[in-house]
Amino acid sequence: MAGSATLPVGAVATAPTAPTAWRCRWPLLPALLYMVVVTQAPFVFTVLYSFQSWNLVRPGSEHWVGLANYANVFTDNAFRSALLTEIEMTVLAVAFAMALGVPLAMLLDRRFPGRGVARTLLISPFLIMPTVSGLLWKTTMLDPVYGIVSYVLSWFGVPATDFVSRFPMASVVTVLVWQWTPFMMLIVLAGLQSQSGDVLEAARVDGAGPWTTFRWITLPHLRRYLELGVLLGAIYLVNTFDVIYMMTQGGPGTRTTNLPYYVYQRAFLGFDVGQASALGVVTVAGTIVVAAVALRLLFTVFSGTERSAG
Amino acid sequence: MTPPTHRRSRRHRLGRSAWTTGAWLAAIVFFFPVLWMVLTAFKPESAAYTRTPQLVFSPTLTQFRAVFSSGIGPYLANSALASVISTVLALLLAAPAAYALSVRPVKKWRNALFFFISTKMLPVVAAIIPIYLAVRDLGALDGIGTLIILYAAMNLPIAVWMLRSFFLEVPREVLEAARVDGATTRQELTAVLLPMVLPGIAATSLICLIFSWNEFFLALNLTSFRAATIPVFLVGFITSEGLYWAKLSAAATLACLPVLLAGWTAQRQLVRGLSMGAVK
Repeated sequence: MAGSATLPVGAVATAPTAPTAWRCRWPLLPALLYMVVVTQAPFVFTVLYSFQSWNLVRPGSEHWVGLANYANVFTDNAFRSALLTEIEMTVLAVAFAMALGVPLAMLLDRRFPGRGVARTLLISPFLIMPTVSGLLWKTTMLDPVYGIVSYVLSWFGVPATDFVSRFPMASVVTVLVWQWTPFMMLIVLAGLQSQSGDVLEAARVDGAGPWTTFRWITLPHLRRYLELGVLLGAIYLVNTFDVIYMMTQGGPGTRTTNLPYYVYQRAFLGFDVGQASALGVVTVAGTIVVAAVALRLLFTVFSGTERSAG
Repeated sequence: MTPPTHRRSRRHRLGRSAWTTGAWLAAIVFFFPVLWMVLTAFKPESAAYTRTPQLVFSPTLTQFRAVFSSGIGPYLANSALASVISTVLALLLAAPAAYALSVRPVKKWRNALFFFISTKMLPVVAAIIPIYLAVRDLGALDGIGTLIILYAAMNLPIAVWMLRSFFLEVPREVLEAARVDGATTRQELTAVLLPMVLPGIAATSLICLIFSWNEFFLALNLTSFRAATIPVFLVGFITSEGLYWAKLSAAATLACLPVLLAGWTAQRQLVRGLSMGAVK
């Protein structure tokens, strides 16, 4: 799509001289400042609060307690369970969404009657408000008596099942996969469509079958897009809250309590500012470790796409 | 494209129709829950609860009337206000930044770019407590301004990355030609660059609108009644009206409609927005 006339990255690096440097820099400042104030400053306070014992229900209860909150976090079984749930949920959702997204993208990559409409229908789950998705699936789809899934399964002799309470993790993951498959599909589809037709034609002329072509030409080409899909999907999915809130409230027990939901419970249902802040800091520390790896990967992915687009 | 031999073309046609069927089947399966929501919204409550799902029924507007009379209006207005103003704010901040990161890049543009995206990786839960306390102490709890400011911050990184990718597509020669012709920086921006990236700006704002309209976590924790948005309305609707599927589906349909329409309109640009400009 991007023609040869496209501006290559960093090509305009005609190093700004001192007086013009500020003229170049000022347009960037408002946005930077805004992000620092709104997203970084609160985090500094989170760190401060994490060293205090402070319950909102008892005003004036705040006092410094050093690392006690952190000690609690690391000896807290509920935290460990939330962390495991978080990993399980994210990995399952990303993996299944990608596993479905690839074949769907391949289906859409060819011309067929009504392709535009089919594509529109397929992306719709992603546009549905996540709160509604949770609600919709919990009721009309997965209800043991009146739900569509129960009805369809009854054709095969499966007795009515209360999916959400018997298989809470699978139910939540199903909804997440339903929502995120279109996302993966769109990214993979973009990858497929950016393949050069000449190369595929050449492979065909050389006598390569569809499978050989896919395995040795399409798949290596897609790798970058698959990485990108997994990475971005994971970034969005670790913050899953809405669907859990609507479907299971973290339950039964703590079966579907992931980290965001756990922090929410501690802060807004337990009003425990100190403890919840320590949880928040630990979550961020974990995220930074993962993100450092992810960012490096992302950078190669991004510069890769830009190079190929230039 | 079509192979010359008769037999192959027949196999080709068969394969094609299998392909079409498969694709359509997948599309219908994925769309079905949405379709079912819309259908249920037009049912009387008794037809929503049947063991054998009813595809044929006499449609009624009762549920929509009930939803409107239960006061969805102010919530819709809040959602619209929060999404539109936060999007405008995000664009106003993002456009100059994207310019400084693409057309005339500042020295450490890479670092700035990655600072923006790294804020997207910071889980919201990590900042929610101080945000809540600060908002409370400022007396801004349950205020639409609070949501606007936070939604703008939520969308700003996406807007910067996305707009930057559109700016990069503007041929350098065009800008240089304008400069040679003696255009001032301002003219270069408003008369040359802006019209060329207008479709990009439209796509970016649609993406921002979608994300703010659907946002739930911040709205749930920072608003209660006055500034509550549509997803918060839905939660309250269940507690106050009970779990009546047909009525609920009508409310859910209304809640989803704007974003569905926006997303369908912007579907060509959707992938670009979601990948923050990396995939075109």
